Amino acid sequence: MLAMDFDSGILSDEPRLMMFHHTTLANGLEVIAELNDRAHSVAAGFFVKTGSRDEMADLAGVSHFLEHMTFKGTPRRDALTVNRDFDRVGAKHNAQTSEEDTFYHVTCLPEYLTPSFDVLADILRPTLREDDFETEKKVIIEEIRMYLDNPMSVAYEAAKTAHFGPHPLGNSILGTVDSITKLRVERMRDYFARRYSPANIVLGFAGKGDWGQLVELAVQHCAGWQGGPATRQADPVRGTGAFQAICREEDLQQTVVGVSDAPPLETEDRYAAHLLATILGDHTGSRLYWELIDPGLADGAELSYQDYNQAGAFFTFLSCEPGETQANLGRIAQIYRTVMAGGVTEEELNQAKNKVLARSVLRSERPMGRLASLGFQWMYRRAYLTLEAELEAFSRVTLGDLRRLLRDWPLWPMTIVSVGPTTDVHRPK
Amino acid sequence: MPDTAPATIEQHKYSNGLVLVGEVMPEVQSAAFTLLIPAGAAYEVAEGLNVGGGAATMVAEWITRGAGSRDSRELLTALDNLGVSHSESAQTLHTSLSAATLGRNLVPALEIFADVVLQPHCDDEEVEPIRALCLQNLRSLEDDPGTKVIYELRRRHFPEPWGRPSPGTVEGISGLTGDALRRFYHAVYRPKGAILGVAGAIDWPRLKDAVGRLFGDWKPRPDPHLSEKPGGPRRDHILRETQQIQIALAHPSATVVSPDYYRARAAVAILGGYSSARLFTEVREKRGLCYSVYASYESQRARAAMLCYAGTSADRAQETLDVIIAEVQRLGREGIEPEELETMRAGLKSSLIMAQESSMSRSSALASDWYFLGRVRPLEEISTELDALTPRSVSDYAAGFVHMRDLTILTLGPTALRFPVDSEV
Repeated sequence: MLAMDFDSGILSDEPRLMMFHHTTLANGLEVIAELNDRAHSVAAGFFVKTGSRDEMADLAGVSHFLEHMTFKGTPRRDALTVNRDFDRVGAKHNAQTSEEDTFYHVTCLPEYLTPSFDVLADILRPTLREDDFETEKKVIIEEIRMYLDNPMSVAYEAAKTAHFGPHPLGNSILGTVDSITKLRVERMRDYFARRYSPANIVLGFAGKGDWGQLVELAVQHCAGWQGGPATRQADPVRGTGAFQAICREEDLQQTVVGVSDAPPLETEDRYAAHLLATILGDHTGSRLYWELIDPGLADGAELSYQDYNQAGAFFTFLSCEPGETQANLGRIAQIYRTVMAGGVTEEELNQAKNKVLARSVLRSERPMGRLASLGFQWMYRRAYLTLEAELEAFSRVTLGDLRRLLRDWPLWPMTIVSVGPTTDVHRPK
Repeated sequence: MPDTAPATIEQHKYSNGLVLVGEVMPEVQSAAFTLLIPAGAAYEVAEGLNVGGGAATMVAEWITRGAGSRDSRELLTALDNLGVSHSESAQTLHTSLSAATLGRNLVPALEIFADVVLQPHCDDEEVEPIRALCLQNLRSLEDDPGTKVIYELRRRHFPEPWGRPSPGTVEGISGLTGDALRRFYHAVYRPKGAILGVAGAIDWPRLKDAVGRLFGDWKPRPDPHLSEKPGGPRRDHILRETQQIQIALAHPSATVVSPDYYRARAAVAILGGYSSARLFTEVREKRGLCYSVYASYESQRARAAMLCYAGTSADRAQETLDVIIAEVQRLGREGIEPEELETMRAGLKSSLIMAQESSMSRSSALASDWYFLGRVRPLEEISTELDALTPRSVSDYAAGFVHMRDLTILTLGPTALRFPVDSEV
């Protein structure tokens, strides 16, 4: 007998003891923590509310470049010392820049939190020296070139720009070789001063730790940070629905990215949106999988949901032989039109819930898995959601919710960018 | 080492040769398994088999397209409804099936995977779709030069068939028939040499019984015979019109079972395992030559290698290669500093302890340990071995890097580079 009913009793009888804490320092820095005595590690992270959407045209790529520059030196440490001081206590560190946020994080054994956090907090006040700046430009340019050798990255960037048009969500995160080459360190320092203000940052901890000690660390390292309020112009936007074909003769496969508007992160519909994307375009067992991958018509066909401040997008990804592209676009159009007309089934919804729930539980078993969602929830909603509450939010989604979602956020028509050796691709009728 | 709840590791060998290794992890709700089957791409050229390159990958895809009482859709839907995240793939030596889910769904998941391994439908009508998928994967691989170069490096560095790329070839995949794939499946999917590592919220006695019931009928087969042929070429360039040039090197290293294993791991990590290591520091931080540069270690039972990699613009590639070679040789000539050894130890110990949080990570480590050693290495043992390393012992091992005998270099991109002359390296 297949388990067709959605299994909401997903967690064990014994609830894990996760304690949530928060405080705000006098300078506006918010500090949050979800602590769990049974974890083996602790994760700490600074969420800075700045990304490519906050950049003016002549600063294209500055948020991401700045993310690199924080690791290049502070008043107390040069680049080699930054790396060494993380590594010598076995701390795994990294950072990432998106359209909206720059997220710096470290995971380490609990007994090494103090020295690890010392480095992490230190790099959030970097020196931004000119010679380091000029050296690191070359690294950024190498990164840009690396992504230019990846057709999906090219298509994805181009699709965002085509869809959002002049709206800042269409900005490139990496910038271009040209914009990076022309960037001057003074402009970056100015951008830093405006955006890395304590009131624009959330400090989060997850895993094994003591709240009193964490607050002490935060105060010790961050209470002296200064800066005024930072604002974000978050205008809602609707996509252009444009079509673009970019010729890359050197590629063997054709790569297509489609974009449709979706619920913004401010709404509760984001859970329904994620489930819809799972039903239609998860990498396994979805409608796109059965229609395109299983019969071997494409080697990549997925749909995913991304939310932003006051905006959202469903991204369709297609990778296939150039000659099959037009037919595949027709198939995708048909799948989306069909679901818009007829909705999804109860079985599909339960199946998606079962998948999403199990994945969420697995992800939550490592502190880093919890830290990201903790920080973004707090940053944008000033809310704390336990894992159980998140699972509940998914389990509450009904077929009616999905019908309404499909009506309010049509998947088709969508903005389309096609990249590859053929330009004999056009919008399906 | 800090106080952590001691892991409970159990093992059982079934009469057909299958080994089950289990680790009870009291703090997690999930459970995961990794099943290694000695059915990798290397066996495509086993004596008497000789199926085309890509058979292992095609069969790995075929076995989930209907098995036991379920057709393809029923099977994948059943796994989804059990909340099972899973993947099935062929590598060079093994085909591996791995899955993670909530603890209470582990045995139901294993029931489905037992069908996948023992009773796949192998419907002929699935062959063409799988062929089309695998041919497209090869095309996508061509569009992914960073990944492509590593497959091609292994193929040149290791003797045939130990570096055989699992994605296969266009000729191989195009020519494979359902009969050839079935022949491959029947010859190599066998219990002796198969290892099932399971970790998480598991009930050992129940698991042991279930696996015995589910896999007990797995009939032994004779071990296919593999004969070794030389690899090569040791210096090569693949022409592609790409933005970056890929640079990849391989050098022989000590295997997991070698008495030099820990010294070798330490040397590779100190060379290029993290951001304060030599390669990242010299190539990226100081000179800004690359975004991605690293050294890594990989091992089979009888051979192992250190790999070095960098991706860089054409006009910086020569300098990048020269700096990498110089750094490897400098490590060999001058040895390591005590601080570098401390940093390596801290990093590896931390990784090992933090991996205790992940049932997926542990299940993979259990299967891997068993493959190499026929036992599971406790954390304490690894820690003791790491503590026993000295700057002198690691430096002595690394001295072999000066001449870099049997080094393989492969580049991929718009221009070839000047390789060091063999007398220099």
